[in-house]
Amino acid sequence: MAENGNNKAPKPKPSERVYGKGYKLIGKNYQTADMLAKVTGKAKYAEDFRAEGMLFCRLVLSPYPHARIKKIHTDDAMAIPGVKAILTADDIPAPADSMNDNGTVIKASKWGETALTNEPMYQGEPIIAVAAVDELTCAEAIEKIKIDFEELPFVIDPLESLRPGGANPHADGNVWVRPEPPNPPIPELKEVKWTSEDFADYEKGNLPMGHAPDTWAFGDIDAGFKNAALILDETFITPDVSHQCLETRTAMAYWQNGKLFLHSGTQSTYQTRPAIAKWMNIPVDDIVFISEYTGGGFGSKITGGLSMIIPALLSKKLNAPVMMRISREEEHAIGRARPSVIGRMKIGFGKDGRILALDMFTVTNSGAYDAQGDGASGARIVSLLYQPQAMRQRAISVMTNTPARSAQSAPGGMQGIAIIEPILAKAARKLGLDQVDIRRVNCPEGKAKFGAEVKGKRGYATSCFLKEALDRGAEQFRWKERAARNPKRIGTKVRGVGVSLSCYVGGSIGFDGLLVITPQGRVQFQSGIGNLGTEAVIDVHRAGAERLGIPWEICDIVWGDTSKHVPYTCASGGSQTTHAMTRASYAVADEAILRLKEIAAKTHGGKPEDYNVANGHVSHKGGGGGMTFAEAAQRAIVLGGIYDGHEANPEVNKMTKASVTGLAGQGLVVSAKDKFPHDGNSFSYVAAFAEVEVDVETGKYFITDFLAYADVGTVLHPAALGGQILGRTTLGIAHAIGQKWVYDPHYGAPVARRFYSNKPPTILDVPNDMQWEALDIPDPETPVGARGIGEPPVGGGCAAILNALADAVGDEIFRRAPVNADTILASLEAGRPMQHPLMAHI
Amino acid sequence: MSEIPELRVTEGNAKKVTRRKFILGVIASGGVVAAANYRLISSAVHGQMSSGDRLITINVNGMQRRVDVMKQETLAWTLRYKLGLTGTKLGCDRAECGACTVLIDDVPHYSCSVLTHTVRGRKVTTIEGLAASDGKLHPVQQGVVDVQGFQCAFCMSGFVMSAVGFLKQNPNPTRTQLAHGVSGNLCRCQDYNKILDALERGAEYMRRA
Repeated sequence: MAENGNNKAPKPKPSERVYGKGYKLIGKNYQTADMLAKVTGKAKYAEDFRAEGMLFCRLVLSPYPHARIKKIHTDDAMAIPGVKAILTADDIPAPADSMNDNGTVIKASKWGETALTNEPMYQGEPIIAVAAVDELTCAEAIEKIKIDFEELPFVIDPLESLRPGGANPHADGNVWVRPEPPNPPIPELKEVKWTSEDFADYEKGNLPMGHAPDTWAFGDIDAGFKNAALILDETFITPDVSHQCLETRTAMAYWQNGKLFLHSGTQSTYQTRPAIAKWMNIPVDDIVFISEYTGGGFGSKITGGLSMIIPALLSKKLNAPVMMRISREEEHAIGRARPSVIGRMKIGFGKDGRILALDMFTVTNSGAYDAQGDGASGARIVSLLYQPQAMRQRAISVMTNTPARSAQSAPGGMQGIAIIEPILAKAARKLGLDQVDIRRVNCPEGKAKFGAEVKGKRGYATSCFLKEALDRGAEQFRWKERAARNPKRIGTKVRGVGVSLSCYVGGSIGFDGLLVITPQGRVQFQSGIGNLGTEAVIDVHRAGAERLGIPWEICDIVWGDTSKHVPYTCASGGSQTTHAMTRASYAVADEAILRLKEIAAKTHGGKPEDYNVANGHVSHKGGGGGMTFAEAAQRAIVLGGIYDGHEANPEVNKMTKASVTGLAGQGLVVSAKDKFPHDGNSFSYVAAFAEVEVDVETGKYFITDFLAYADVGTVLHPAALGGQILGRTTLGIAHAIGQKWVYDPHYGAPVARRFYSNKPPTILDVPNDMQWEALDIPDPETPVGARGIGEPPVGGGCAAILNALADAVGDEIFRRAPVNADTILASLEAGRPMQHPLMAHI
Repeated sequence: MSEIPELRVTEGNAKKVTRRKFILGVIASGGVVAAANYRLISSAVHGQMSSGDRLITINVNGMQRRVDVMKQETLAWTLRYKLGLTGTKLGCDRAECGACTVLIDDVPHYSCSVLTHTVRGRKVTTIEGLAASDGKLHPVQQGVVDVQGFQCAFCMSGFVMSAVGFLKQNPNPTRTQLAHGVSGNLCRCQDYNKILDALERGAEYMRRA
């Protein structure tokens, strides 16, 4: 913990904001329905379930980074009493083709991940699963299994794979290439090698820039560079960072009456079911998925995965429940990670700091399976967040024999921001500009444009008030006071301040709402959202309750079990949920009001528009002839059809229709699709401010203050929002201060596989009085005005710390994140960056 | 965390449990928690009892619980899989994350790294044992509820147990001291400021109670 000593910083002013003016529920804190179960230990996560006759399963992981299995000898293992089955890649069904929401068939990729494999692509990949009466018997059996491997060439460093003559991670190549239209935009694995001339830059410590398959541009970058007062050209590396959910992806499965019942954590109760169906190649209707509580996701539990499929297959084979507990090391292997991005940016600045031209090149380490587009999506975010007048982006996504990556909170956005922000900070110092001023001059505003130019047009944001957040944040953080503080160094301690802009996608549209008004007069919202503790699973229905004008006390939320009938719902990734599902909740409330009025008119005469719905009551505008929600629900059951769920709203998704059928007869059953207008793409924004104190004799540093000021539209639930803003900020900070993968390059073996060797920040690594604030300005393009916040703070968390460090120790100390004490010490002593500039996983 | 004192030996070596005596003991006691429907011990399968297998009594949440444990069995294992107290979570199983923290004689310990046979006769408190028998929450639990502390809550029981143990010794800590008190617990949602708000609220309720 930092000792402020006599160099005490001015503290940020505490927030005294009141949210939700004019609302009864929106913007107010309340106790969520899952809180009591959590705090008493009654909340059941996947591993807490048990079933009669349950068997256990353990995995055999590949010891090689790339190999072919020639033969598996299992006789000795099967002979052990208590061993029930041994599953290999030969028992795994081929994944089915899938259909997206538009009805387009997506062919299963020939390079896709399977639950078990005969060609392990990374050290730690599951190759065999053993089921037995208990885990010790599994372990005993595993020792008796003999496997004949043929070792294959491997590569863990993406740049080594791109060198002339460099190894390929797979026989088909090393780079993901998107085919030209009209072919489906599914990336294919091809061989790409750069030339020795391309690699000349490597020796100078700059990222070589050979052929990159993914490129776009807008504006005239040559003219921009010509007119620039300052041009900087820098290379920066962001780390691979595991998601490290505290709950590993344990799963338990059993079959009853031909249906698969599966317990596991997820980021989407609704979306996981079709994912399992695809992996298992069985109909969606044959799956019941249960997930009331999930111990963290951050992008790694967006839908289904191999951890669910293995116990499901074993359970089917053995006709008994099977639980597969995942250990912390196994979680490192199969639990996903954010890909490292090696970025190079050449930026031309005007005298006032305006970005006139930006040339961005990225290499993304995709790992062994799906193509990761972090570099390219980073470019998209950079184009929005800093509004360059002209920009070109080139990106290449390289396969390596390292664990599969996936989206992690702000995929690409985090890396793009971490790469550009230190360059912006350096430019401000060279141009003699204030750090807040150079960001204000480049800051997006209103319907700000982003991304590539397609047929003369670029996409644009729904709204952006980041400039206001930046100014108010600077004021609250006392930026001017801090930046002007003199001297910065007292004794061995040097203070540095940093500011960063940040943003990410903040919402999607078009999902369904589903509710039941019961004959007891309660309003039951059906929620298909995963429960990650962000409370979105419950919070979004406050929008519907507010619209219905009912007290929260009469509302129930049904969640966490597909057999309880949930509607078509977004996955909680891409910070979509708050935006997408407040809209759906609002839509279903609108529909409920319409149906309630119709029921009143059918009962008491007159037209539906003669009635009002307020305070749990339907009343005639002229007085008299009203009914309670309970009476309306009873009447709905008598009326049947569209009123009690025997018919569904024809506009909703077919899965919502199935859920409506499941609820039929229980009261007034209402479903609706979100059809509200939406002009532009939704993003949320954060201005982040940090101060650090570096001990230049030890290299050790502390974060002394942090403020994140957010533009997330309407504030829905302040406590949950604050938790998300600071929580995801700290996830970003982890990339700056310590988290990374380390590999033994000779054997292709990961050496940082547990918390102690790859530790997320602890409570002592961040200030214990971090501050957050939100503008609470509604987004004009969505009914409640609320957008998502999971991802937007992440890049700011990382980059504000990097900028504060550079402010303290100088621009020539580090060229990659995280920044450790030894880097600072060694580089300060040498007067130049001492870490290898380009090698992966150091 | 302080070291657990050596197990007080109450039985001489002469009382070594034979397999026959063990089975008789199981039949006689009747109250033993069997692992029958959650078989994680292998001895039943192999039909052999090692000399380490034995029945012990531990006081868990105020109740005397008879349980048969292997010599290598951890307290987290016993609590979760034999006593059904799944509120204690396993995040790493190697003393890195603190999700399994319980109180042993009012002192917080990582139950993944305590062998069950070393706590025989001692007082173990888990998250399930914090609330009063009438359901009234412990002040620290109430603080968490009132401040909406924690996100996914997989780390919550560990944090709450650490805080309760810490506050018993330090009823009036500063925010920084309280942060140190729970610094052996990891929250991957990184919701640290809200957690501290909640625990501070809990500390305040404890002082008032």
